Amino acid sequence: MQNRTIVIDPVTRIEGHAKITIDIDKSDKVKDAKIHVTQYRGFEKFCEGRMYTEMPALTARTCGICPVSHVISATKAIDEILGVTPPKAGTNIRKIVNLAQLLQSHTLNFYHLSSPDFIYGFDAPKEDRNIFKMMQTHPEMARDGINLRAFGQKIIEDLAGKRIHPTGIIPGGAAHKIDESTKEAILEQIPAMLKIAQSALEFFRDNLHKFQEEIDYLGAFPSLFMALTNKEGTLEHYDGKLCFMDSEGNILKDRIEPRDYKEFIGETVEEDSYLKSPYYKPLGYPQGMYRVGALARLNIAKTCGTPLADKELKKFKALGAGKPVLNTFYYHYARLIEMVYALEKIEELLKSDETMSANVRSTSTVSYDKGVGCSEAPRGTLFHEYHVTKDGIITAVNLIIATGNNNLAMNAGVKQVAQKFVDTKNITDGALNRVEAVIRCFDPCLSCSTHALGIVSSKIEIRDHNKKIIRVIERS
Amino acid sequence: MKKIRLGTIWLDGCSGCHMSFLDMDERLIEIAEYVDVVYSPYVDMKEFPESVDLTIVEGALSTDHDLRIIKKIRENSKLILALGDCAITGNVSAMKNLYGSEAVLQRGYFELADLNQKYPSKVVPTLLESVIPLHEAVKVDYFLPGCPTPADAIYEMLKSLIEGTEIKIHELTRFGK
Repeated sequence: MQNRTIVIDPVTRIEGHAKITIDIDKSDKVKDAKIHVTQYRGFEKFCEGRMYTEMPALTARTCGICPVSHVISATKAIDEILGVTPPKAGTNIRKIVNLAQLLQSHTLNFYHLSSPDFIYGFDAPKEDRNIFKMMQTHPEMARDGINLRAFGQKIIEDLAGKRIHPTGIIPGGAAHKIDESTKEAILEQIPAMLKIAQSALEFFRDNLHKFQEEIDYLGAFPSLFMALTNKEGTLEHYDGKLCFMDSEGNILKDRIEPRDYKEFIGETVEEDSYLKSPYYKPLGYPQGMYRVGALARLNIAKTCGTPLADKELKKFKALGAGKPVLNTFYYHYARLIEMVYALEKIEELLKSDETMSANVRSTSTVSYDKGVGCSEAPRGTLFHEYHVTKDGIITAVNLIIATGNNNLAMNAGVKQVAQKFVDTKNITDGALNRVEAVIRCFDPCLSCSTHALGIVSSKIEIRDHNKKIIRVIERS
Repeated sequence: MKKIRLGTIWLDGCSGCHMSFLDMDERLIEIAEYVDVVYSPYVDMKEFPESVDLTIVEGALSTDHDLRIIKKIRENSKLILALGDCAITGNVSAMKNLYGSEAVLQRGYFELADLNQKYPSKVVPTLLESVIPLHEAVKVDYFLPGCPTPADAIYEMLKSLIEGTEIKIHELTRFGK
C-alpha cells in the first residue's frame, strides 16, 4: 500500500472553518493527523492607523459568536491606555455581559452542535446528527437549548445594546446603567434557566457511561493548563492574573500580570495552517503545549464561589482524584458547570446595589502609549495589545485568540482519536465523526482567527514522495 | 407541501450573521417545518448538494477556495441570498485590501511570530490579492444588509419566500441596525 491521506473537509458543527488530514503510512497505520485552519483575516494589520475609539467595534467583528470577549479585551486594553479605572457599576455590567455571552456560547456548543452525538450516538446517520433533527425527535430539549441561548443573548441586548457586536461596553466602563425593570425581568427568569442548565448536566451525567471509549481517547493526554484566576483561587472570567498549571496539578507560574504575557507565551507558525500555535515559553515548543477554556479554568480554580456550581465542581474534581482532569471529552462537563455558575453569578451581580448605580463610566484621554486587555472568553484566555500615538492613532496590534492557545492540544487530540478509531481498511463515517468530535470538545472559535470551507467531500488523496497528488478517491 | 431545500454557508466573515440566524430563537422551530437544511455549518453534510432552492451566503470572498465554492453554489442553487454587509460590500473583511495580502501575512507570520517565521502555504488555500463581495463573482438574487443582518429581517425574508409573498427589504434593515 502507498502512503495515503484522508481529508475531512469541512469540519462541521464547529464554530468556524477547518479541515482535518489523517496521514496513513505504507503499513496501513495512522501515522499522523492534523487540523488545518484555512483562512486568514488580518486584523493585526488593518487596525493600524485607526483611532483607538474604533477598536471595540472593529475587533468585535473578529467574531459573531464571542464578540463580547473582543469588546471586553479591547475596552480593557484602552482603559490601560487612558489610565482609567471603570466605576464598580461599569465593571459589573461588563462582567454580567461577559457571563451572558459565556452562557449563550456554551449553550450553543452543547445543544446546537454537540448534543446530537450524545442523543443519537457517534455512529448515527449523518443526516440525523443536527439540531433540526432534534427539533423533531427531542423537541423539549431543542427548545430548552434555544431558550437558554436566547436568555444569554437577550441580557447582552438589554445591557449592551445589541445581541451581536454590542456597542454598550465602552472604554472607561459601560454606556448606560441597568434599568430596574430590566433587572427584575432577568432575575425573574433565572430559576427557570437554572432548571434547564441543571437538566442538561443531569442528561450529560446520566449518559456518560455510554461514552467510556470517547472519554478515554478523545484527547486524553498530559498538558499544561492556563487560565485567569484571582487571589483566592476562585473561578474568574473578567479580572485576575494568569496562572499556568502542569498536568500533575503543580503551579508552574502564578499571578502573572496579563500585560507581561509575552514573557511566557511564544507563538510559532505552522506551514499548513493559518492558525499559529502558542506555547509556554519556559518549556519551549512543542513541550510547552497547554490547554485553555472551561477544562483549564476548572482544573485551576479551587472553587467556583457559587453554591450549585461548587456542588458540581466537587464531582468534576473527583474525576481527577486530586490531579487535573486530563480528558478533553470533559470539556463538555466543565462547560455545563460554567453554565450553572454563569446563571448564579449573574443573579448575584444583579442583586448588588453597586451594580445598579448610575455611575457607570470614567473618562480620560490618552495617557500611555500601550495597553493590554485580557479576559476569559468562553473558549479560553484572550489577549488584545494595542500601541498608540499621543493622538490615539493605533500603530501596532497583537491578538492572541482564545482558540489559538489550544492549537497544539487540538492537534494532539486529533492524532490520538484518529489512531484509536480510524480503521484504515474500513473507513466509517462514525470514526470520522469522532475525529471531528474531538475538535468539538475544544469548542474552537475559528471565526475569530480565520475562516474557510471546502467544496469537496471527504476523500483520500494518494500522493507521491514529493507530496504531489497522484490519485484521489472520493468517499461517498 | 414540498419543503424548501435550504443551504447556508459562511465565507470570509465573522459568523455573526449565522448567529443572527439562530437569534430567530423559537421562530427557528417554525421555520424548520418548512425547510430542509441540506448544507450548513450546523449539519454534517460535507458536499454541496446538487439542487438547492435557496443558499444563504455570509461573508466576502477572500481565497481561491471561496471563489471555487461560490461558483459551485451558483450552479447548484436556484436562489442566492447575500446575507450581511461582508457578503454585500466586503465590509470589515475587505479592510485588509487597504494593505494587501502580502502585508497582512508579513505582519501575522513574521513580525508577530517567535518561531518558524514563514507563510503558511501547504494544504491551506491562497489568499486573493483583494477581498471581494459576492456579486463581483456571481449573480446574486437577494441582498439582506446589516452587521449582522437582524434576526427579524432573516425571519421575514424566509417567511416571504416560504409563503411566496413579496418582501420589502428596505423596511427590515437600516444602516447601523
